[in-house]
Parts: sequence; structure tokens; C-alpha cells
Amino acid sequence: MDVTQPPLGMLAELTHRCPLHCPYCSNPLELVTRANELSTAQWISVFDQARELGVLQVHLSGGEPLARPDLPELVSHASELGCYVSLVTSGLGLTESRFADLVDRGLAHVQLSVQGADAERANLLAGTKAHDHKLTAARLVKAAGLPLSVNVVLHRANHDQLEGMIALAEQMEADRLELANTQFYGWALRNRDALLPTREQLAAAEPVVRAAIERLRGRMQVVYVLSDYYEPYPKPCMSGWGAQQLTVAPDGTVLPCPAATAITTLSLENVRERPLAEIWYDSESFNAYRGEDWMREPCRTCDRRSVDFGGCRCQAFQLTGDAAATDPVCERSPDRGLVDLILEAPSGASEFVMRGPR
Amino acid sequence: MTPRLRRGVRLTYDRTRQTHVLLFPEGVLVTNPTAAAVLELCDGERTVPDIVAALGTRYAGVREADVDDVLARLVDRQVVEWT
Repeated sequence: MDVTQPPLGMLAELTHRCPLHCPYCSNPLELVTRANELSTAQWISVFDQARELGVLQVHLSGGEPLARPDLPELVSHASELGCYVSLVTSGLGLTESRFADLVDRGLAHVQLSVQGADAERANLLAGTKAHDHKLTAARLVKAAGLPLSVNVVLHRANHDQLEGMIALAEQMEADRLELANTQFYGWALRNRDALLPTREQLAAAEPVVRAAIERLRGRMQVVYVLSDYYEPYPKPCMSGWGAQQLTVAPDGTVLPCPAATAITTLSLENVRERPLAEIWYDSESFNAYRGEDWMREPCRTCDRRSVDFGGCRCQAFQLTGDAAATDPVCERSPDRGLVDLILEAPSGASEFVMRGPR
Repeated sequence: MTPRLRRGVRLTYDRTRQTHVLLFPEGVLVTNPTAAAVLELCDGERTVPDIVAALGTRYAGVREADVDDVLARLVDRQVVEWT
């Protein structure tokens, strides 16, 4: 087996608190409460340990990271360590003075979520009046000269606005636009029947995305994330388990993948109890699906095992009950029928449940 | 024409891997020592001959063609742009 490399990136989920109520939220059903969040000193220690371990990219995320009053201090610290610090935000709470302070402290990049092409749809999907705040946030980021990424989660209730959302990202002068079809974890899994795009929607999106990539080349990088249930092969989840990235949840739980709490058979560890480097290199959870030794057939001898690493462990667990199974999205998986059944089921549900605390 | 790092791209030294790295949104690029030496001089002010001259004070046998090659690769990777 290959020698484990140091991680390149860390997703720091500072809090699960969020002003939005998006039905596609990928955070777990059971959120970490404010009382159980890591303290400022604990996060600072996490950043120190992460940099020492080799982390170069830090994504400050959540929930809404702006909900943490100590965000400026955390940005300063991670940035002084030499990390490239990105803020992953809804834009709510990003005022001119607050943002200028974060930029002074070394913030490098902002990822802004967008729910729809116009205020009416966007506010409906966010469950609050969010859209105008996003326009303001985008202006602030561009005025400060920072690179701006716009993140869109696509699903059945906004695919029809795809062109409008690309135009909105252009209007915001985004440097990068990520158009990601919903991946079904956490709260989103609960709403899968209502969120799963139709085959027709995906077919209509394909030429629109292709044209946008071509037309915007050199100005705005457009990244399209497929709806994996419709694909013959799984996504190369996390570029391999415990290979490049780690996630620290608001309470200090260290996750090999942001959705890994879904795997209830996995014993996760916490930075409050064990140093980050030990968790990365030695823990049962990070070693469980690292490399290829854990693979069974059909993955073990598959010519695609170094392309997609067997797909997503969380998805394998959610759909088959076995996290070491081949991702059932794969057409070579004996469980592909489970995914086909979901796709063939009449899309009855059109009402989704907005994100709440549980 | 002067080369500079594109907006949002930062050059830093990584002690863990003992190499210079370029950091940008959603990416890390490990640079070899030659590229790092050139990148440190890409400030949007220096021209290629300026960069060659500056490198010449530190290294023997620096050729403009080599610097051009390094820059062309970095432009291809969208981390350096011409102004």
C-alpha cells in the first residue's frame, strides 16, 4: 500500500448554525448545538496542528461561519500560519466593515452560495430573504479584489433557472462557478424524492453548461458536478478516503469526508481527545477505507479503482448498509438495482421539508 | 510585457513538504526550485530580461529561453498572467 501523504486541505465547519433553511443541506439531521462548538482556543489549536501536519488550504465553513464572533481572529491565525483561507458563506451578515476587516486579516477567497436566479425563487429555496444579501456580498468581494466563487446546488426545483443562475454569476463577476447537482447526504437525503432532478432536466442542462464553459473560458471557470445516481460510474469521492482532505465538525469530530457521520458503524475521533496528526495517520476511521486494501470485488480487480477509488463510502453505507461495498451507483455493483429503483419510482413528492435543527 | 501572479494566487514555502507551493482557490501546485525562483520575481514590474538579470546574480548560466519556458508553463496552468 502507498505511504499515507499529509493532507492538503481542511474543511473547518466552525458552526452548524445558519440563517438559511435550504432543503438540500448536506449537514447531518442532528446538528451540533452552540454549546457543543469548539472554543476559539480549541480552533486555534486545530489550525496549528493542521498546518504542522501539512494542511495548506483551509475552508471556513458551517453552517454560516459569520455566525462565529471570533471569525476575524480565526482568519488571522490560519492566514498567519501560511494557509490559503477561503470563507464559505451564504453572504448573510457580511457587511462592508466586517468584510474589510477579514481581508486585512488575510482572507484569500470567498465562496458564495446562490439558491436561484431571482429573489423570489432564491428566497423560497433559502427559506429566508437572502438574495439581496448575496448581491451585496458579491460586490464587496469584487471591490476588495478577492477571487469569488459562486456555488450553486442544482435540484428539481431550480434546474429550470440554470441559465439565469449562470447569468447571475457573470453579473457578479465570479471567477469560478460551481454548478453541483445535489448529492444526497444529511438533510438532502431526507428530501431526495423532491430534489432528484429528472432525466429531462439533466439532458436540457448538458448543452447549456457546455456552451457556458466554452463562452466563459478565461473569464469564469465553470465546474459542473453530475447527478451521480444517473451516471454509470461513481464519483471519485474525496480523491480517495483519507488521501488529501479532512473535515473538522463544529464539535471537534474529525471526519474523513464531510458526510461521514452517516456511517454509523465508523468510530470517529475528536480533536479534544487526540492530536490531529494521530487521527490522520493512525485512527481506525481514517485507515478504514484508505488505499485499496479494504476493497472487495468488483472493486478489488477493477481497472477503474484508481480512477474513482470505489466511489463514496457514505453512499455505499446509506444505500446498502455496508460502507465497504462498491458505491451502488456503479454499473458494475451488484447493488446498482437499488439506485435504478429510486430513479424509476414515480417522482410523487414535490414538497420538500425545509432545513430545521432536526 | 511583465508577468505576475494571477489574482488570488499566492506563493508560499511549505515546511512540511520542504518546497515552495502555489496556492489558489481550490488548488495547490507544488513548484520545483527553478519555477519558485522565477515566481518570486513575477511582481508585475520586472520584464523577462529583468528576471533573467536578477536570477543571474544568484545562479550561473541563466538563459532567457529557460525562463520563457518556465513562464509559458505557469501561464498554461493559469497561475501567471502577462500585464
